[in-house]
Amino acid sequence: MYDGWKIILGLVVFVIIVTLPFTMSIGRDYVKPQPSIDTPEIQKMEKKQCIESKQYMRETHIKLLYSWKDYASREGKRVYIASDGKEYTISLQNTCMKCHSNKEKFCDECHNYVSVKPYCWDCHIEPKVGGLK
Amino acid sequence: MGIGLAFIIVLGLILFAYIGTELLGLKGLFAVFFPYLALVIFLIGFIRRVVKWGKSPVPFRIPTTAGQQFSLPWIKYSKIDNPVTGWGVALRMFFEIAFFRSLFRNTKAEIMNGRLYVGSNKWLWIGALAFHYSFLIILIRHLRFFMAQTPNCISIIDSVDSFWQIGLPMLYMTDIIIAAAALYLLGRRIFNPQVKYISLPSDYFPLFLILGIVATGILMRYFSRVDITAIKELTLGLAYLKPTIPDGVGTLFYIHLFLVSVLFAYFPFSKLMHMGGVFLSPTRNLANNNRMERHVNPWDYPVKHRHYEEYENEFREKMKKAGIPVEKE
Repeated sequence: MYDGWKIILGLVVFVIIVTLPFTMSIGRDYVKPQPSIDTPEIQKMEKKQCIESKQYMRETHIKLLYSWKDYASREGKRVYIASDGKEYTISLQNTCMKCHSNKEKFCDECHNYVSVKPYCWDCHIEPKVGGLK
Repeated sequence: MGIGLAFIIVLGLILFAYIGTELLGLKGLFAVFFPYLALVIFLIGFIRRVVKWGKSPVPFRIPTTAGQQFSLPWIKYSKIDNPVTGWGVALRMFFEIAFFRSLFRNTKAEIMNGRLYVGSNKWLWIGALAFHYSFLIILIRHLRFFMAQTPNCISIIDSVDSFWQIGLPMLYMTDIIIAAAALYLLGRRIFNPQVKYISLPSDYFPLFLILGIVATGILMRYFSRVDITAIKELTLGLAYLKPTIPDGVGTLFYIHLFLVSVLFAYFPFSKLMHMGGVFLSPTRNLANNNRMERHVNPWDYPVKHRHYEEYENEFREKMKKAGIPVEKE
């Protein structure tokens, strides 16, 4: 090979970069997120059910909240009718956070895991650690 | 015809992933086997291709001389466009790889009013630059799925990319740019007759494949939504070599993952190898020192030769008899 050592060096660097996610994880373990629904409000409920199904909330809660923002602040609409016909007040702080009062153990658990930083608390009042504000 | 074939193949791949996961439920195949297989093919194929290129002989320097060459000390020469030193070559390569310098000089010839005009044409350069850098940033952003703790530098790239805070989930600039740039690169193959004439299925196929990946990615993030926590469990399982197939991962994700796997596996056998090839292009990575250093042709071999003296010694008598003049009596 002409300039063989340069080519081989380049290949070695390339392989190291490509396999970085694998080599960095050798011998390590990761912690799965365990979002907790153990709050006083949820314990009081007979059927532990969010406003929509669990899978729907897992996938789409961000879009739901975003539409809530538009409903509440732009259209002045404050009632959300869930797919099962129940009515809920459109409010992050008074509806969502009433049950999910444990932000650190619920919201942050997954958000930190997948490294998303929603800017909810730029405007809304962040609940204090350990229960209702 | 080429474009139709490429489109049908990509459509077939999407259908294949859909049937495989949604109808047949072969999630292990698409979530674990194909990604690992694709990565192995990618790495081995990439190395083999580069080694093959590396083995080809370089008898002498063949750089394109895009500027004044080095001659006399008082004549200014072009250090980057006609380099004579290793540093000049390194700089030239850097500009080539980071800013696509030779594409920057892209020109367009057109006949207007019966006369030929040649002008600079930067659209291809801008499109290519936008496409490649968006792709790089998107690739780096995706590392958050392959590392348990997302490093700070990746979070920073992520937040810069979603700087405008448009909508929720926040819109990434690169998602718009890569879609627009890939569509432009495809559009020029469709609407520019000269480029269309030289385009092959292997030109259209990667474009459709990448557009498919971009489209499924955008759909997953902004429109149909998927369970991202479950997806990270899957991808981390791949990175930690402990594959798991969590519930709740949608078909759209499997299509996305399969198209990415196909892209990786296809990479070493296609034009996409320009990623490694750009480093090995002899018209760019060689110093123009043909007249300063002796470059021995590596395939020169010792030629068998015979001096006339020896020849005459052998045949002198016969030559004399035949009346052929000889040098020595």
